[in-house]
Amino acid sequence: MSEYTIKDKVAVIGVGETTYYKRAQAPVSEFRLACEAIIKAADDAGIDVKDIDGISGYADDRNDASRLATALGLKHLGFAGMVWGGGGGGGSGAVGNAAAALVAGYAKYVVVFRALAQGQFGRFGQAPVTNSVSGAPAFTAPYGLYVPAQWVALRTRRFMHQYGINQEPLAAVAMADYYHAQFNPRAVMYGRPLTRAEYDKSRWIVEPFHLYDCCMENDGSAALILTTADRARDAKQKPAYLMAAAQGSNYRHNATVENSADYASSNFKTLAPRLFEMAGITPKDVDCAQIYEHFSGAVMISLVEHGFCKPEEVMDFVTYENIIAPKGKLPINTSGGNIAECYMHGLELVNEAVRQVRGDSTCQVPGAKISLVASGPMVSPVTDLIVHSI
Amino acid sequence: MAQDSKSEIKKYYLPEGLPAPRAARTGVDKEYWDATKRHELVVQKCNSCGAFQWGPEVLCHQCHSFEMGWQKVAGRGRLYSWVRCWNPVHPALKDACPYIVAVVELPDAGNIRMVGNLLGDPHQNPPFDSAVEAVFEDHPDATLVQWKVTAK
Repeated sequence: MSEYTIKDKVAVIGVGETTYYKRAQAPVSEFRLACEAIIKAADDAGIDVKDIDGISGYADDRNDASRLATALGLKHLGFAGMVWGGGGGGGSGAVGNAAAALVAGYAKYVVVFRALAQGQFGRFGQAPVTNSVSGAPAFTAPYGLYVPAQWVALRTRRFMHQYGINQEPLAAVAMADYYHAQFNPRAVMYGRPLTRAEYDKSRWIVEPFHLYDCCMENDGSAALILTTADRARDAKQKPAYLMAAAQGSNYRHNATVENSADYASSNFKTLAPRLFEMAGITPKDVDCAQIYEHFSGAVMISLVEHGFCKPEEVMDFVTYENIIAPKGKLPINTSGGNIAECYMHGLELVNEAVRQVRGDSTCQVPGAKISLVASGPMVSPVTDLIVHSI
Repeated sequence: MAQDSKSEIKKYYLPEGLPAPRAARTGVDKEYWDATKRHELVVQKCNSCGAFQWGPEVLCHQCHSFEMGWQKVAGRGRLYSWVRCWNPVHPALKDACPYIVAVVELPDAGNIRMVGNLLGDPHQNPPFDSAVEAVFEDHPDATLVQWKVTAK
């Protein structure tokens, strides 16, 4: 193995989150939510919050690292970094950046966080109202093509056309997320089971996405604490060691006006091989996966691009029975994920991967040692990580 | 001219109130918006290596020349993907759903893709890769390029 790797050199030693709220329901500010989640993650890790000396974020987070360091009274700030890109694509990448900072010696305890209060700020699923547009949006917005649901649907439909796929894999993802959420008291949809009839009857947002194929919009915050492997050995919690982390984008994936060279892609094709090479494992070694689901269709393509099945096998592989815990071939999104736990831009998926390998998930896969997180399909960059217990 | 299900003639496919496209201040796409007003479709083509490119950018992604030119192309394409939108994502669309957004590939221009609405019945289910043709929709500030399935 190359000496240039973060494999097993750092671990997640604590996870935390605030109460997860429906959109615009948080009773406090977004900044306060961020502080609360960071304090909870530090408490889970058994470290003094003031010993955190690195802050890693993504998605143009509005909660500035220096304001956080000041408000939390951090003794000093050794690392502050952000992943490019405005969507959930950076969730695993923020963990990867934290790992790089730790291995480089910039910091000893790095927190990764995400906070959202869409009442205080704007919604993601609605277009801003302006009189005119220029640049790339000038070629799409006048046609009513505005939001991720629409362009993810366009790519998904092309993929479904190419491989003869119907609604079933999409329904399976939505149903599995809701099923898992019924075991998770943190989940916004806890106590709100979804039947297949309700799924089928629910309104279209944009074909092929029913309401339940789409992530929620939520308020809240999630955070996790990473440190070096030598420090992790003394941690209060069982460490979740980082086997691999990677960022990526296909050739000209972000070409504007729907001009990605490889259109019907989740954008993981060049990333996934590097991820598995760093981890030294193959897809069949993964016990459970947390696959970012802004929209269900992207999950099925992400599974293909990580080598869990071939595109021709989607109809047989991406079934409800195969993707639910505890006995599915590959349980995914075992906390309920973006669709039914909380849309925390996928950081709740990272916390769930950690809980799975620690053995304290609310939907525990028996004996799970390895969990993969895929962040932000179809955006650029996308990022991934794999955690495991030793 | 688009027709809705009540055969009422509508001026535009989508209601007024969506933002009007404006050429970028950098000038990178001025030729496109000037051409649509003449009911011509032009796309970026590198003066140096001949590569087609879309959306417009300041240099060629193939040879890195900054001398990007414009090529007039036929308003013919293939229906690469399309979706029926049911959720009004902008206040102007409140009573306009469903409507169809199409991605069209232009075989005459290196298979670059353009976005438009697919004119006609919003409940139609056209096959993927159907032949489509451009329809110019004149607005006060700009001309949009729409698409319709080519009659066989």
